[in-house]
Amino acid sequence: MEAIDIKSREGEIHHGDYEQMEHHHESFLTKYIFSTDHKTISKQFLISGIFWALIGGSLSIVFRLQLGFPDLNLQWLQPVLGGWITETGKLDTEFYLAMVTMHGTIMVFFVLTAGLSGTFSNFLIPLQIGARDMASGFLNMLSYWFFFASSVVMLTSLFIETGPASGGWVIYPPLSALPQAMSGSGLGMTLWLVSMALFIISSLLGSINYITTVINLRTEGLSMTRVPLTIWAFFLTAVIGVLAFPVLFSAALLLIFDRSFGTSFFLSEIYIAGEALPNVGGSAILFQHLFWFLGHPEVYIVLLPALGITSEIIATNSRKPIFGYRAMIGSLLGITILSFVVWAHHMFITGMSPFLGTIFMFLTLIIAVPSAVKVFNYLTTLWKGNIIFTPAMLFSIGLVSFFISGGITGIYLGNTAIDIQLHDTYFIVAHFHIVMGSASFFGMVAGIYHWFPKMFGRMMDAKLGYIHFWVSFVGVYMVFFPMHYIGMAGFPRRYYSFTNFDAFSGFTDMNMMISTAAIITFGAQLLFVFNFFYSIFKGRKATANPWGSNTLEWTAPIKPGHGNWPGKIPLVYRWPYDYSKPGAKEDFIPQNVPFSQTPESNLPHEKDPEETPGDEGAIVLDEAKE
Amino acid sequence: MMMKQNLDLIEGPKTRLSMHPKKFALWLFIGSVVMMFAAFTSAFIVRRAEGNWMDFEIPDIFWLNTGIVLLSSGTMHWAFTAAKRDDLETIKLALGITIILGFAFLTGQYISWGHLVDANVFFVGNPAGSFLYVLTGLHGFHIVTGITFLVVVLLNSIRYNVHAKNLVQIEMCTTYWHFLSGLWLYLFIFLLLNH
Ligand code: HEM
Ligand SMILES: [Cu+2]
Repeated sequence: MEAIDIKSREGEIHHGDYEQMEHHHESFLTKYIFSTDHKTISKQFLISGIFWALIGGSLSIVFRLQLGFPDLNLQWLQPVLGGWITETGKLDTEFYLAMVTMHGTIMVFFVLTAGLSGTFSNFLIPLQIGARDMASGFLNMLSYWFFFASSVVMLTSLFIETGPASGGWVIYPPLSALPQAMSGSGLGMTLWLVSMALFIISSLLGSINYITTVINLRTEGLSMTRVPLTIWAFFLTAVIGVLAFPVLFSAALLLIFDRSFGTSFFLSEIYIAGEALPNVGGSAILFQHLFWFLGHPEVYIVLLPALGITSEIIATNSRKPIFGYRAMIGSLLGITILSFVVWAHHMFITGMSPFLGTIFMFLTLIIAVPSAVKVFNYLTTLWKGNIIFTPAMLFSIGLVSFFISGGITGIYLGNTAIDIQLHDTYFIVAHFHIVMGSASFFGMVAGIYHWFPKMFGRMMDAKLGYIHFWVSFVGVYMVFFPMHYIGMAGFPRRYYSFTNFDAFSGFTDMNMMISTAAIITFGAQLLFVFNFFYSIFKGRKATANPWGSNTLEWTAPIKPGHGNWPGKIPLVYRWPYDYSKPGAKEDFIPQNVPFSQTPESNLPHEKDPEETPGDEGAIVLDEAKE
Repeated sequence: MMMKQNLDLIEGPKTRLSMHPKKFALWLFIGSVVMMFAAFTSAFIVRRAEGNWMDFEIPDIFWLNTGIVLLSSGTMHWAFTAAKRDDLETIKLALGITIILGFAFLTGQYISWGHLVDANVFFVGNPAGSFLYVLTGLHGFHIVTGITFLVVVLLNSIRYNVHAKNLVQIEMCTTYWHFLSGLWLYLFIFLLLNH
């Protein structure tokens, strides 16, 4: 039925594609496993991301138990952790470091990079720009499977006898470069590097695809000054990825040479167990430069998609146009550019030239400006809006809160003089867990609540969502806010235990409180996971446009098939934020509604173009235009 | 008139970049390769500035190799223009020569490593030497990928699939190959200035 419809409406060879897709019999394997459909790939990323988040989260619970309750007998964990629990029921000290390292790696890369960008860039880019699929479905599939391979390697490293990489997620040499430095620096570190190499390939394949798709496949009428802010955010995230990840690759390659071939890029004059190593002339600082040249942009790779998602959700649920649409684009661009010139603020106390430090301090503080613009615009969008508190909206507002409180501590840290005291203390842990970890995580969760109906055709349970939000929101502050104090008191990060030091034994209760809050917060996430999987099968059926949203994905069928729109691709006539437009019949006007249909609300300059846009636009893909 | 223009600005059908998505993706890929080499060469400079740096002589054969790779860019372009003219025989010939020159370049680079070893510049040792091997080795690896691409295009041209109406692939190959020559030129000049 549907297919005939398409024919009569379009009858063009170009759209033969779509029919073929519909009628082609898909096996289970091509439909759910080796799919090239962006929606399926996005769900694959999402489910993998959730899986990793649970692993990463569990690791943090175990080491929080150690920090909060140093005397606790952890014997009951022996069935899972085996030899990592000593006979006396204590956590093995080196395994503590391994867990911290794995927690960081997993959360930053596997959850908040692959899980976040992989899910939402994949899902929303084609749907919001009116494309049938990504520019290359095949590369997109490869991107997921490289990620999968990378995940398998990283997961394997958790179970090997010498334990996974343990030198911190930043893998600074010499710890990471010398297999004899600690047990995790052996096979575990090798697997880490292999896994990250695969990860980088996956990420590059994904990013190249996202950029190409956004640039080339937008539907007729959808100029870059009309795309939703989500698209801008995903686009710039991908740009950062393409520029930053190759540098990490370079660093990893040199590290591999140092580890396995005996070169001395990062190693110099080292004695191990009283014996001098042959390596001379290397520079460990060089590694830090290379790492943070990726590392700092990476934190924005993690954050920008969440900011984009938030823009969309806040505008929709405030029933107001986003405040300062162009300023939002400008600040995204500003953040993108600046993120490449601030990396050395992670290295203030490495012995770097203080003059250079001052330059980086200056550049670092400038980045607060576009960040502040974004915050201001979120707040002004909320201001006097008809706010609808959906779970997604609550999580978005939560993100704004974290972005403010975590961003402010960034400004402290950006000052070289203050950073001398605070570097590598729990203050840093507090800063980045609030501004990056929690903010991005909230953005991701908000996105899931918001686009769940589009993904699975059903709604998530809102009540569970509210509980999830309040426990998480309060929980995050309970966990990370006290860490500022602990940090100011001088607690170094990555220490196995503090009770051995008189200077730090004063905060035992605080650490206990943090650990308790962490466990409760983690529990709330299990509620979310339950809600997620339960709703996929048993959730309330969704309507076509449950949030009254303007963007194109809601004009597609409730469960879009291969090719997204059964008929023609919708054309775009307006920007995505016509909410509560004065005079309009409803409080939202989707992007595909021409001005000729809304005479009552058009502003003086808003008219349809003289010739209606032709069909040509949607199918640029098929023609090798010279 | 003014009014019309204004309207266009607000409403007119917006044209997207009229570049073929695959070609565009290739440029992005090139961008990421550039970043990788930018990382290596800046690491080189940063490391060199820290002292304890072994000075080494650039093997003379690099000059020859540079000539070869530039020549291969020429023959690559020859193949491309032949494709535009639908001169199917020339395409094959020119691609074949380009591939041979590519292998000649690789051989030359390999010989240069021998010369370096003779001059006591080793991969394992002072980072100056290590960097030299990494830069040439990684560039060589990309040349291998370029040659693979060339072979694919050659096979397609033998099947008469490369002609004036089907230029995308050979054009991408040309872009990539020129990029690799350019990259070598950059590395060579960089090494001349910084050895
Ligand atoms: C107002 C803007 C910000 C400023 C001025 C700022 C400044 C800093 C500085 C100076 C450090 C290094 C502290 C040290 O190690 O001694 C730091 C660490 C960090 N920042 Fe920020 N930051 C800002 C925003 C952000 C954002 C938005 C994110 C992530 C989305 C982020 C993520 C991180 C992370 C992950 C670290 C620690 C990395 C590690 O050592 O493991 N920051 N920040
Ligand atoms: Cu940073």
